[in-house]
Amino acid sequence: MIDIPFILNFLWMCAKAAGLLGFVSISVMFLIWLERKVSAHIQSRLGPMIVGWHGCFQTIADTIKLLLKENIVTKEADKLTFWFAPLVVFVASFLPFVAIPFGRNLIARDLNLGLLYILAVSSLGVIGIFMAGWGSGNKYSLLGGMRTAAQIISYEIPLVLSILTVVMMAGSLSMTKIIEAQKGMWFIVYQPIAFLVYFISAIAEVNRAPFDIAEAESELVAGFHTEYSGMKFAMFFLAEYTNMFVVSAIAAALFLGGWQGPFLPGAAWFLLKVYFLIFVMMWVRWTFPRLRVDQLMHFAWKFLLPLAFLNILVTALVMVIKR
Amino acid sequence: MLETEAFEVSFGPQHPSTHGVLRLQLTLDGEVVVECEPHIGYLHRDFEKICENRTYTQVIPYTDRLDYLGAMNNNFGYCLTVEKLLGVAIPERAEYIRVIIAELNRIASHLLAIGTFVQDLGAFGTPLLYCFREREKIIDIFEATCGNRLTYNYYRIGGVAQDIPDGFVEKVKGFIKYLRPKLKDYEDLMTNNAILLVRTKGIGVLSREMALDYAITGPNLRASGVAFDLRKEDPYSIYPRFQFDVPTRATGDAWDRYRVRMDEIEQCLRIIEQAIDNIPSGDFIAKVPKMLKVPAGETYFRTESPRGELGFYLISDGSNKPYRLKCRAPSFSNLAVIPDLVRGVKVADVIAILGSIDIVLGEIDR
Repeated sequence: MIDIPFILNFLWMCAKAAGLLGFVSISVMFLIWLERKVSAHIQSRLGPMIVGWHGCFQTIADTIKLLLKENIVTKEADKLTFWFAPLVVFVASFLPFVAIPFGRNLIARDLNLGLLYILAVSSLGVIGIFMAGWGSGNKYSLLGGMRTAAQIISYEIPLVLSILTVVMMAGSLSMTKIIEAQKGMWFIVYQPIAFLVYFISAIAEVNRAPFDIAEAESELVAGFHTEYSGMKFAMFFLAEYTNMFVVSAIAAALFLGGWQGPFLPGAAWFLLKVYFLIFVMMWVRWTFPRLRVDQLMHFAWKFLLPLAFLNILVTALVMVIKR
Repeated sequence: MLETEAFEVSFGPQHPSTHGVLRLQLTLDGEVVVECEPHIGYLHRDFEKICENRTYTQVIPYTDRLDYLGAMNNNFGYCLTVEKLLGVAIPERAEYIRVIIAELNRIASHLLAIGTFVQDLGAFGTPLLYCFREREKIIDIFEATCGNRLTYNYYRIGGVAQDIPDGFVEKVKGFIKYLRPKLKDYEDLMTNNAILLVRTKGIGVLSREMALDYAITGPNLRASGVAFDLRKEDPYSIYPRFQFDVPTRATGDAWDRYRVRMDEIEQCLRIIEQAIDNIPSGDFIAKVPKMLKVPAGETYFRTESPRGELGFYLISDGSNKPYRLKCRAPSFSNLAVIPDLVRGVKVADVIAILGSIDIVLGEIDR
């Protein structure tokens, strides 16, 4: 009566999920430390220096602090929404990892529609952000939530359109197949415009500067997570850095040849590319001022979108002519 | 039609970009500001009344706390006011020290204004910390000179509290040499940044007429195209001896206000360069009695502080304490124009406008 294969399968699935969760947590801790160091050196400071070598255990100390903090729920808050929002945001940011190829066989599940799946689940996060904005019962949070909803929906379109050219060239939505199609040459060489459109939209998708109007410290205090503290805040933080990893991983897989590269093992190449892209994101963040909310929309609809369409058109034409 | 309603947001006093404890009560229609009402008074300390119970010298530390970013300039303005009524001759050496120190302080103040302005536009930390790094050098010079880093209490009626330390001239020269290339860096990082341009060009346009109507002074007025600088218009101290320009801009938007401050830093450096080599020897303070009694009478004296016309109206009854001391703070008039500037703009622009006007709450609330 006991379905042995099913149980084994289930346990294997759990192991994979646990492994991914562990990787994500450690990676985020490293990224937070990296961000603090990068920003510090850009700003001619030192950053964390006390806890461990060059402050490398600072994030762990901060996590412990956040775990021990009092759980504050404001009187005005819509309790249920307020509680669930960080979970929704975090789960949405974690789901894409199922289809991210870390190496040749290092993929939790090589879905046929991998790319479509990633795009679908990664845009779930906006629901959580809007829930946070609404549930906090704070005007600044609400403004932040509304801005995010508008922003993410707008930038989703150029993002998907830019990816479409890669899909056209690879002829598949499977992440593994797309990477294998780049054996000869990375797609960034054929599709530099698509890469740029993707990368800009991706920065906007994860609410990083110069598109961080959702948080907009100097305008909206902290935007949608103004009222969050302790571990619930940590969830948002975790989700932010996980999202950065996801969009950079997609960029690395679609444009930079994924795990392919000489000498080093595939997973190392993949992580190197991903972390490099994340570093570029940090670099941008600590250099540029923030766009205004309407300028942001104009940029998406009047510049990125036509550009992405044009790119698809040209790609299609070239493909037809070459055939 | 969907029914919508405006909602009110209390912007401050605890808010990252209100520069102190200003509270703006904003009525918002979505992201657009319908009405704005500044509420002040959170930092009120009753400066003018306190001064009536202090001797003339004891008032000086209180002036530090008016515009705490330009504390030296406040000292300067107050001392000049008392000296005018007193009719005392200031030693040459003291005059030179005063001008150099005041101009250094002006640079420090403008650096901070620029840094916080760009920070408010969302360039998180980097330009601000660069500006702080440069300001730090000035503060180090001040610390060596008078022992303090923010509220200096350095000027005295008749001169300055103590002579400049050894190596002062070299330090100031070194700073000038250091700052010039850094200003070029700022051009690359901030001025030529496309995002900064779209965020500030045409935002919060303060027309020439409006600026004059509201009695705006300082860099904000000059950005609206009026070349009004008290160091030229109504010269005091030894400013007429120095060659410097009054930078102006035409349109009076946030961008122009930022540019005028950048240009003024350059002019401050010019003044310091001309003064630093010519500091004469001699006394650093005139012979004034310890218990200072100012002859009865009243006077108004105005100086160009980093934020505009800083005026002191002093009434003396012949005793050792001011009978009445009224301070005309530039930020107060500059703040008054904000409701008119922000009506109809987006929330993000409120920050840009507030940052570009560069108010200091210390002298608004007094």
